[in-house]
Amino acid sequence: MDQQLKTELSRQGIFTTTLEELYNWGRKSSVWPLTFGLACCAIEMIATTMARYDLARFGAEVFRPSPRQADLMIVAGTVTKKMAPQVVRLYNQMPEPKYVIAMGACAISGGPFKQGYNVLKGIDRYIPVDVHIPGCPPRPEALMDAFIALQKKIEAQSLTGPERPRHLDPDAPSEFLVPQYGAHDLVPAKNVKLWNITLKNAPGEPCAVGDDGPGKD
Amino acid sequence: MDLEKIKSAIEAAVPGASVQMVLNASPSAQHSLLIGREHAVEIARFLRDDAELRLDYCSNATGVDWLDTETSEKVKVKTLVDGAEQEVEEVRKTRVPGYLEAVYHLYSMEKKHGPVVVRMRTDDRERVVLPSLTPVWRSAEFQEREIFDLFGIVFEGHPDLRRILMWDEFEDFPMRKDYVEPNDYEYEPTAHDSVLEKARAAREGVREGV
Repeated sequence: MDQQLKTELSRQGIFTTTLEELYNWGRKSSVWPLTFGLACCAIEMIATTMARYDLARFGAEVFRPSPRQADLMIVAGTVTKKMAPQVVRLYNQMPEPKYVIAMGACAISGGPFKQGYNVLKGIDRYIPVDVHIPGCPPRPEALMDAFIALQKKIEAQSLTGPERPRHLDPDAPSEFLVPQYGAHDLVPAKNVKLWNITLKNAPGEPCAVGDDGPGKD
Repeated sequence: MDLEKIKSAIEAAVPGASVQMVLNASPSAQHSLLIGREHAVEIARFLRDDAELRLDYCSNATGVDWLDTETSEKVKVKTLVDGAEQEVEEVRKTRVPGYLEAVYHLYSMEKKHGPVVVRMRTDDRERVVLPSLTPVWRSAEFQEREIFDLFGIVFEGHPDLRRILMWDEFEDFPMRKDYVEPNDYEYEPTAHDSVLEKARAAREGVREGV
């Protein structure tokens, strides 16, 4: 519908909308996060939901203790390799449509523990992440900003076509591979369908371009 | 707390016990007692129950990995060269086997003194059995499990010796100095020093199809 006509009609007291707008408005306005925290970032997440910052203003006040009733997983904190299978399993148990915010340096990359032996170098190796928030830990404002970014993302989703949300695409995967505990590391160490980057170079070296990266299947 | 006195008290109370002073040369001068494995539990019982000491609280137990060391010394040896006696310098290498160590920090709640630092050493880095002091100080239970998990010291007499931080299927001991972590360096945005080297090696490995 023509935007100008729509504005003109609304000036005359006639409200017009599309099914897509209405549907997405409903979805973005009641995103229920999973009650789920892993480390200190969870404290900031709790603070965000409290009266001072009040995440309820955005329709996300209901933290559900069951993955079956949750739409949003806020991965708040360090994901150890021992915990990673449980995180993926929780994500798999959530019904579509579902979204993930990776909150804090640890959840997005391993953070200060990146070079350690026991911390996952970013949860996006196993589950698809919609919004990454840097920070250690991020302030509640940052989490709210991420939440608004997620709402904008939901609002902009088209219900048809190749960019449609996963729950409207019967071919899109809803469950992802749960890693197993191995003798030296998690097996596999990453889900190559999700984490398939080209090798970035160490500083001062020419950039490797192309698809010759690891795990290209 | 005079460590010499404690040492002689232990030697008097537990016959046959081997106790050595381990001196700390740093400014903290926190010396410790190296106790023999055979009588470790008896020594621990004595330290806990002795009316003077009453070290009733084990606040900390931790592990240390000492790698094998190689020392070389130059020795002048007289040898016959072309019929004439000459002094030749020779380098002799001695290999000192490494060992694993468990260190306990003991305090007394009753007497308000401490810490007394007690150590135990394994034979080498292969034979890694030490007696558990959990029967004496219950608070050592989880910490000995952690030492078992990360250093691989097996505590005999521990009531529940399982891995505590890593998963059960894990086979390595990450805090040992010869531990090799999984090659996970394909993306290092701010690599430097050893990480830079590992990231380079990882990338070379991928290019060569390893």
